[in-house]
Amino acid sequence: MAESTELKTGVVADPKKPAEKEPLFGKKEKILITDPLLDNNPITIQVLGVCSALAVTSLVYPSLVMAVAVIFVTGMSSFATSLMRNIIPKAVRLIVQLVIIATLVTLVNEALKVLAFPVYKQLSVYIGLIITNCIVMGRLEAFAMANKPWRALLDGIGNGLGYGLILVAVGVVRELFGKGSLFAGSPIAMNIIGPSNDTTQYWINTAADSGFGTYFSWYANNNLMVLPAAAMFVIAVFIWVQRSYNTKLVDAS
Amino acid sequence: MGEFLNIFIKSAFIENMVLAYFLGMCSFLAVSKTLSTATGLGLAVIFVLGITMPINWLINEYVLIPAELEFLRFILFIAVIASTVQLVEMVIEKFSPGLYAALGIFLPLITVNCAILGGSLFMVSREYNLTESIAFGLGGGFGWFLAIIALAAIRERIRYSNVPPALRGLGMAFLITGLMGIAFLSLTGIDPAVFAGWSEVPAE
Repeated sequence: MAESTELKTGVVADPKKPAEKEPLFGKKEKILITDPLLDNNPITIQVLGVCSALAVTSLVYPSLVMAVAVIFVTGMSSFATSLMRNIIPKAVRLIVQLVIIATLVTLVNEALKVLAFPVYKQLSVYIGLIITNCIVMGRLEAFAMANKPWRALLDGIGNGLGYGLILVAVGVVRELFGKGSLFAGSPIAMNIIGPSNDTTQYWINTAADSGFGTYFSWYANNNLMVLPAAAMFVIAVFIWVQRSYNTKLVDAS
Repeated sequence: MGEFLNIFIKSAFIENMVLAYFLGMCSFLAVSKTLSTATGLGLAVIFVLGITMPINWLINEYVLIPAELEFLRFILFIAVIASTVQLVEMVIEKFSPGLYAALGIFLPLITVNCAILGGSLFMVSREYNLTESIAFGLGGGFGWFLAIIALAAIRERIRYSNVPPALRGLGMAFLITGLMGIAFLSLTGIDPAVFAGWSEVPAE
């Protein structure tokens, strides 16, 4: 292809230049990152990886840590699997993939134990459960086994981002309405809404004697949002909104 | 016996694996479209949880802890689960073709069901002993089974209802699971401590 165009145009090609050089971050690569964010989201569309993550979303900070851990594991495991894709025998590929994932998750687990022990305690078994998170395995089977390492890495990171996006969004809704705060437990903890008193000051003060509170002193934190079931409702609403805007995604059955 | 019942009831109803910890959510949502397949998968989960839990307990207690290799826990547990599933599949195929036909396709799926690995990890973090971990395995599996057949039965009925198009299928499954989770909260009232002193229930 490249040679024939050279002949027609008569331009002498630079011999040092590789024959078919693809851009490092072209259109196709961009789609790999952006597609899983909305139209092909791992949680709301592909229904992968709902398992291990919902329980951590009652606060934003653990969800953020979980999202970063999953992005690391999906990206690196896709990359590693794609590097080895030609030497993995078909019959034992699932076990090889499981070992790659388990190794990476062990790394994340040990790193978290050292770097952020309180969050590590909060996430407890759910870090370990990234191993059986269907997104990781699903992307390895569907993409990394058939594509080059760089693209596999991007695809892994894209799917991890799509997953993290939902996770953090659910976390924001649940923490804001359930506890009135954001990022509680992290260095940038914020108190958003609630009645201020001597120990805690809120940005939106609903204490009866403040300006806003004169009209909104009835506001109280919604304890339903702290319950595990609230995560299901919040995601159901996300799915509802997304499929109302994009009717192509509606379940036919 | 009392302690066994205590943990069984607690893990089946009060701390239900799906509804309180979201374990095994992927297959829970994907395989709950019809009642018959849901029953098959539920039975397979009870079976595999009941077997892998004591095996993982023994490995953790007599291999990992004495050798101080706790960081290998994830890899060893997942290897045990994968090989147990394979083994169980072969044994059932040999001795009970009827059960094999019923569970057949669901057994391989179970390796990546987070309820199995999650159960083993919870067992470690809660420091159960051998009997307790068997009770936890069977109870957790039973709770999972109850939850999935309930969801499948509701989804079979809801197919004939007029659901908004954007909520059909997945959205509705999420909502029903959430509502079921709230319904299961009412079981928190069961006091499992009563079973701990089984013979000496306080008369009031």
